[in-house]
Amino acid sequence: MIVMEKRPQPSRAWSLATPVVAVLATMVFGGLLFGVLGTNPFVAIKTIFWDPIFGEFAFYYRPQLLVKGAPLVLIAIGLSLGFKAGIWNIGAEGQYIMGALVGAGVGLAFYPLDAWYIFPLMVIAGAFGGWIWAMIPAVLKVKFGTNEILVSLMLVYVAEQLLASMSLGLLKNPEGFGFPGSRNLNEYASANSWILQDAGMHWGVVAALIAVIFAYVLLNRHMLGFQIRLTGEAPRAARFAGVNPARLILFCLGTSGMLAGLAGMFEVAGPSGQVSIDFNVGYGFTAIIVAFLGRLHPVGILLAGGLMALTYIGGEIAQGNLGLPAAAIQVFQGMLLFFLLALDLLTSYRIRFAKKEVA
Amino acid sequence: MTDTLLSIRGLTKAYPGVVANNDVSFDIGVGEVHALLGENGAGKSTLVKMIYGLVKPDTGEMVLRGQPFAPPEPRAARADGIAMVFQHFSLFDALNVAENIALGMETPPPMRDLAARIREVSETYGLPLDPFRTVGDLSAGERQRVEIIRCLLQDPKLLIMDEPTSVLTPQEVEILFQTLNKLRSEGTSILYISHKLEEIRTLCDTATILRLGQKVGTCVPAKTTARDMAEMMVGSTLHTPERAGRDLGEVALDVSGLSVPSPSAFGTALKNVHLVVRQGEVLGIGGVAGNGQDELLNALSGEVRSENGAIKMLGDPIGKLGPKARRGLGLLTAPEERLGHAAAPDMSLTENALLTGSVRENLETRGFLKWGAAQDFAERIINAFDVRTPGPSNVARSLSGGNLQKFVIGREVLQNPKVLVVNQPTWGVDASAAASIRQAILDLAAEGCAVVCISQDLDELMEISDRFAALNEGRLSAPKPTQGLSVDEIGLMMGGAHGMEVAHV
Repeated sequence: MIVMEKRPQPSRAWSLATPVVAVLATMVFGGLLFGVLGTNPFVAIKTIFWDPIFGEFAFYYRPQLLVKGAPLVLIAIGLSLGFKAGIWNIGAEGQYIMGALVGAGVGLAFYPLDAWYIFPLMVIAGAFGGWIWAMIPAVLKVKFGTNEILVSLMLVYVAEQLLASMSLGLLKNPEGFGFPGSRNLNEYASANSWILQDAGMHWGVVAALIAVIFAYVLLNRHMLGFQIRLTGEAPRAARFAGVNPARLILFCLGTSGMLAGLAGMFEVAGPSGQVSIDFNVGYGFTAIIVAFLGRLHPVGILLAGGLMALTYIGGEIAQGNLGLPAAAIQVFQGMLLFFLLALDLLTSYRIRFAKKEVA
Repeated sequence: MTDTLLSIRGLTKAYPGVVANNDVSFDIGVGEVHALLGENGAGKSTLVKMIYGLVKPDTGEMVLRGQPFAPPEPRAARADGIAMVFQHFSLFDALNVAENIALGMETPPPMRDLAARIREVSETYGLPLDPFRTVGDLSAGERQRVEIIRCLLQDPKLLIMDEPTSVLTPQEVEILFQTLNKLRSEGTSILYISHKLEEIRTLCDTATILRLGQKVGTCVPAKTTARDMAEMMVGSTLHTPERAGRDLGEVALDVSGLSVPSPSAFGTALKNVHLVVRQGEVLGIGGVAGNGQDELLNALSGEVRSENGAIKMLGDPIGKLGPKARRGLGLLTAPEERLGHAAAPDMSLTENALLTGSVRENLETRGFLKWGAAQDFAERIINAFDVRTPGPSNVARSLSGGNLQKFVIGREVLQNPKVLVVNQPTWGVDASAAASIRQAILDLAAEGCAVVCISQDLDELMEISDRFAALNEGRLSAPKPTQGLSVDEIGLMMGGAHGMEVAHV
């Protein structure tokens, strides 16, 4: 009989080892899945994990890693602060859209003026757009006790409608021959987030790295970070310590909204280039997985964001080169999260194989 | 006491790292009230769990009425006539008494018959109880009656009671003892677990004393002094806290007309509470659990705000201040619930030292934490209060209840409070540690700190407090000097408990 025993102390070794073990287990079981589908599992795994970084066409894929990883990390860092305190912002996708809309809106308002201050203004506007969208569930929760999970999630769909309306109306390119979508910001130098387009380097990558450092210092060295962790661990003890729950809700939701808005703004001013109906591709939701895959730790999230970006790009290559169905790739990504959460148990519990006691 | 009902022979049970019971033997006679005495961690609970079939002994055997007895599960033990009233009740607040009792039965009779049986048993044994009242509205004493009647309906031969009086007023204890005496006269044996020595002396026929899992003695309680029994329990001479003569200073804490609505459906609202504590004074607040103790502590700690003028500290109104600001002024508190309220279970002792120590111990500068200083503070607590732990990096959950309690109290005591409010400071702590915690509280008072000690342990309150008041349904009685206070007076102050008078026996 298998018995689970709670460890007196959470195991540090296991908490570091579980992500690695989870990735390995995903490779084994994903390989089996690909094998059943008639693809050589070793080739499939190599295509997903190896080719994007070291393969023949890596020069093309490596910049893609930065482009895909940066928004994931930026959003996930913000989400992780709230998740640690038990405040669940599920609507980062909506805040991402709003950041892009407000940021691009400010940039387009100056078109065709060339000035150094346009891009910084867009950054502030993008952060503001995400922040204000996240403040809606935050204020409703503080004032009326509404559920932030539902409100933030619903606001994603509102934001999507706004996005469609903007790309068909207010922000539509006047010289776009009637096609939906705004002017392309890549052709507007003052409103462009690229630093080095060939390397995939844009200001969003820089912002993501700064966010990782900021979150690390906050959580480990600052009272506010301590209060965030305390609230997640023991809400009553947090109140006893003097944490103001309302302020914490406003801070956590506000910060995560701000970072998601920034991610959207950097995306629209760089890799995507324009506001269009299909601008959002699910970074805001994938970032939830990234946050947990990185066990809500800033450095973990940085690594997890890279890994997630890798499986996306590798998955696309595998679809194109090996003819694997898109569903198989999604199952593969799902497995990763599944194994991680399942193995998480080992951090707090010890598994013992006990003989059944004879009555 | 001619026949032996249950004979326990050489029971041993070891858990990884600790021997809970080592070769324990004793007999319980038919119609005998047998006391099981011991400090926390002496192995009382493990022993009765073995008798009740919750835990299987490693070696040793039990003989019930001449037959070998090894219950594989509580159901088997119940079938053999053994019933147990646990210290913590397992009742559903939202259901009524009869429904709660029916839930514990394998084949519950129709509700009307069951209610009639409950009435019958409750009248026979002098335990007044209405089968159709909602459990959420019952006092702790009445809840215990539900548990006892649940056991009596099985017509037990041996009734095990684990610390039954810890939640009762003196008058309710009186009612309980009459019930137990009636049961004894009908031939039911009772195994009575307690550490309240005076109770055991009045009620029990024989006492078995356990220390560190071993039986260290047997005595006839009526013929042994409480002090001798206590010293057998502890294994050394007891240190009684000393109260130095002290002068009372000015009013440190002044609560007037404090009313706070109940936070939840089954909580208690504070109603017009008045209290004044002077520097150097210890005010003891007694009362049955659940009469507003938690709420009073929350209102004083700042977790729950009140009208600004309702609480004054050294003359300044602080009712609207939060916990951090109050700590800054020197009002420190230690809640009853150690894990989850006073300390975060999965955080280290260093982090838990920071939890309340950040303001007064100067552990942060402009929001940035000084981990080194926090660790020093945690180590100071560990050393000063003899907290048994490998070090400050261990999580709070890994400490035993008593050790964590020493840490939680020590954390506040070491911060030089001007006013200290503690709730159940020695709950679940062994006798010698309890004595040192009480001594620390008295030392603080001697240095001029005003102390409010909320507790359900009346002996403790009599020992350390200058004045005594009691909480009853959120109201605080007028405080009276402890000197010369009789048990009857205390009972009346705690009073108002429902169903106080003994039903027609």
